Amino acid sequence: MTQQPTNSAARAGGVAAPPPTGPVRLTINGQQHTLQLAPWTTLLDALREYLHLTGTKKGCDHGQCGACTVLVDGKRINSCLTLAVMHEDEDITTIEGLGTPETLHPLQQAFVDHDAFQCGYCTPGQICSAQGLLNEGRAHTEAEIREHMSGNVCRCGAYVGILNAVKEVVDRKSSEHRS
Amino acid sequence: MSTTNHIGKPTSRVDGPAKVTGTARYAAEYAVPDLTYGWVISSPIAKGKITKIHADEVLALPGVLQVFSHENVPSLAWFDRSYKDQVAPGGSPFRPLHDNEIKFSQQPVALVVAENFELARYAASLLRIEYEQEKHETSLETKREDGFEPGRGKTGYMPPPPPRGNPDKAWEEAPHRMEAEYVHGAQHHNPMELFATTAEWRGEGKITAYDKTQGVYNVQQYLTKIFGLKKDDCRVVNEYMGGGFGSGLRPQYSVFLAVMAALELKRSVRLTLTRQQMFSFGHRPHTLQYLKLATNADGTLAALQHHALHETSRFEDYTENVVNWSGMLYQCDNVKLGYQLAKLDVYTPLDMRAPGAATGSIGLEIAMDEMAYEAGLDPLEFRLRNYAERDQNQDKPFSSKKLRECYHQGAAKFGWDKRTQAPGSMRDKDGKLIGWGIGGGVWDATQQKSAAKASITADGHLTVSSAAGENGTGTYTIMTQIAAETLGLPIEAVTFKLGDTDLPEAPLQGGSWTAASVGTAVKNTCEALGEKLLKLAQKLDDSPLKGAKLEDVEFVNGQIRLRSDASQAVVLRDVLQASGETKVEADSSAMPNMLKQQQYSLHSHNIVFAEVKVDEELGTVHVTRVVNAVAAGRILNLKTARSQVLGSVVWGISMALMEETVMDHKFGRYMNHNYAEYHVPVNADIHDIDVLFVEEEDDIVNPLGVKGIGEVGMLGVAAAITNAVFHATGKRVRDLPVMIDKLL
Repeated sequence: MTQQPTNSAARAGGVAAPPPTGPVRLTINGQQHTLQLAPWTTLLDALREYLHLTGTKKGCDHGQCGACTVLVDGKRINSCLTLAVMHEDEDITTIEGLGTPETLHPLQQAFVDHDAFQCGYCTPGQICSAQGLLNEGRAHTEAEIREHMSGNVCRCGAYVGILNAVKEVVDRKSSEHRS
Repeated sequence: MSTTNHIGKPTSRVDGPAKVTGTARYAAEYAVPDLTYGWVISSPIAKGKITKIHADEVLALPGVLQVFSHENVPSLAWFDRSYKDQVAPGGSPFRPLHDNEIKFSQQPVALVVAENFELARYAASLLRIEYEQEKHETSLETKREDGFEPGRGKTGYMPPPPPRGNPDKAWEEAPHRMEAEYVHGAQHHNPMELFATTAEWRGEGKITAYDKTQGVYNVQQYLTKIFGLKKDDCRVVNEYMGGGFGSGLRPQYSVFLAVMAALELKRSVRLTLTRQQMFSFGHRPHTLQYLKLATNADGTLAALQHHALHETSRFEDYTENVVNWSGMLYQCDNVKLGYQLAKLDVYTPLDMRAPGAATGSIGLEIAMDEMAYEAGLDPLEFRLRNYAERDQNQDKPFSSKKLRECYHQGAAKFGWDKRTQAPGSMRDKDGKLIGWGIGGGVWDATQQKSAAKASITADGHLTVSSAAGENGTGTYTIMTQIAAETLGLPIEAVTFKLGDTDLPEAPLQGGSWTAASVGTAVKNTCEALGEKLLKLAQKLDDSPLKGAKLEDVEFVNGQIRLRSDASQAVVLRDVLQASGETKVEADSSAMPNMLKQQQYSLHSHNIVFAEVKVDEELGTVHVTRVVNAVAAGRILNLKTARSQVLGSVVWGISMALMEETVMDHKFGRYMNHNYAEYHVPVNADIHDIDVLFVEEEDDIVNPLGVKGIGEVGMLGVAAAITNAVFHATGKRVRDLPVMIDKLL
């Protein structure tokens, strides 16, 4: 048998040179960048390989694990399932934009306090997802948080800690609203 | 040496801030200059030969640097022994791109290297490869009669002990008997981080490999032997690992390919496998277990037989200890244990969290439940009646064993006394069936040779290092705690470095032995440093410590002081500054005390209480409550240890209800090779989990008294859940995972 190329252009019998790269303007964590990218570069690869913002993780590249979650105009998305070129003129926030080791974001602090991770690889995605959840304002009970945090897989199984960390910040936010 | 300030405390991870801010660097995240990218092409067939690779078509693309395959792979080490890593099983290790032979589906057959990631992936999508296919065998079911007993081969493998008593006769004559077969499919580790290597070309044949591994020294040894590199020219680094679970115990083909390409191209190369390719190497083997138990009228075990058969590859005999535990967890005088392998056209299986014991505890602990019901006994009472006071496999006493306390404390916490024995006899307020089940296990407490180095600077900051691994286990944190405690310093004054072949050698990060092994080395090293500091302190004018021996002083709050009179103290920082040295260093190592240890059986134990709720109409199962009571010696950090056991329970839930890699035998390939179809629990699947650490003192296992916690917590979880499903529904599932169709 012949292993058929996965690329349809090649199956048609020719080897086509890839389309040319072009400039892509991205606003990440408040900073503007212009990158020279192949048009099919995912937002995830642009962050990791071109901007060295490696806090955003690649776990599956298929939108199945949530490790690559970032915030685009405040909404959580899987950055592996979208192309960088589709996000010009939008505000992209990655884990690096939420806090630093010296000045942790409340979610980051809660994750440390509740030991809401082990290996740490899914953690930036979990935290961005939790921030997205807070922005959505729809999760309040434990059951709701569990459900709406279920797009982020944690193979170490730190779900109990993740729930407690997110719950702490959700509760604090709702009590701030009340007062 | 000093009072306990840090050990045992629930200290937050010292590497926590790095992990939550994305600044912790994993293998594929090192920014090195002039980087190129590799992409692996995997075989679509399970057996046969490559007949042609049309590399020229792809090489014509500008920016594609090379297509590596067996046709142009450089001449490398010749003998099998050069490819054997520290935990290689018996046989002939797989050599990537070695020849045109295909031995398993998804075997790496070519590596495309290009100037950037997008181009490498695109170029790989164009490559045509021709194969000659041969008939493959991938079904264990068809190999039931072809099992063979493996040789010793792999480190840590113990063949089953010889039979004792007369198990066949005892079984025939006993009033209560059971026999059954238990099955689970293959499972893949699937750590979140993809296997990756950034091979940095440092010029003149020198390489630094930032590699996803559980053992930097193991990888260094592998690379130096294969590529003929000097150790100094081959540094291997792993500061953070995004989950291992055993997948990183052996060097994987990603590091071989990345380093080969870097050496050939004289460029730095980054190679990341895809999630699909994460299913192309080691896995927990598909295993068939047969158990035959008999019980006397008084509820004591009359006979126990446990036999296991699992797959291995054609080229290596992978072994794990599946059945041995059954000869030591319960008191029984008539025991026969058997263990066989069968060869298939698959990749060699690989240790996966609690290898062997996680499997064996499914068979043994479901069989114990079946036996208890057969004998009309409560499953916990049945276990108490068969409590092993001595390890009958080795005929040795346990160095410590607080399993009975686990039974009692776990039962009290769970409320086991409210259980009614009859299946289907308990329901919740919504009418859902409730099931309560138990299961547990036993795991080795081992210590391996380790070395460490310590250095304290004039400002009083202590840096301790050892090439251990951090894959989520909490190594950075517990080593920092041990060092801080030994020299009486605050946590902030200590830095622990790991995962680098420039540091003293540590064993592979596996087997639950890091805390015992590296921890003891860290303790010894800090004590050696303490001795040096004492000597310097005694040189001070009017030193109140003059004439004091190491055992006369303690290190507390940044001071060295007399044990007999705490007011007689000197400040460490003053000692360092007065000494005129910029830093004081010590190195040391630790070995297990074999003479002391060999008289005992060294093991950790646990018992798991699980509650499931089953919807009768839909067949859905939810694990609503788990109590896991663990006796694993001293707990160094309550927070990280608890997290390890919580994670173990999640793994057990996964094993019981979700996880299985399904082989399509027509293609000889795992079909659900992605995160969407290889099911693991998500947050909504996990409910209340309670972890109990039963106090267990043990001065025999090692000077720290720790037994390790990464694996024991997983034992018996899947069995407890499966037993709970029986209790809820009356349906005895013996083929895991328990899925809806098995309950309807």
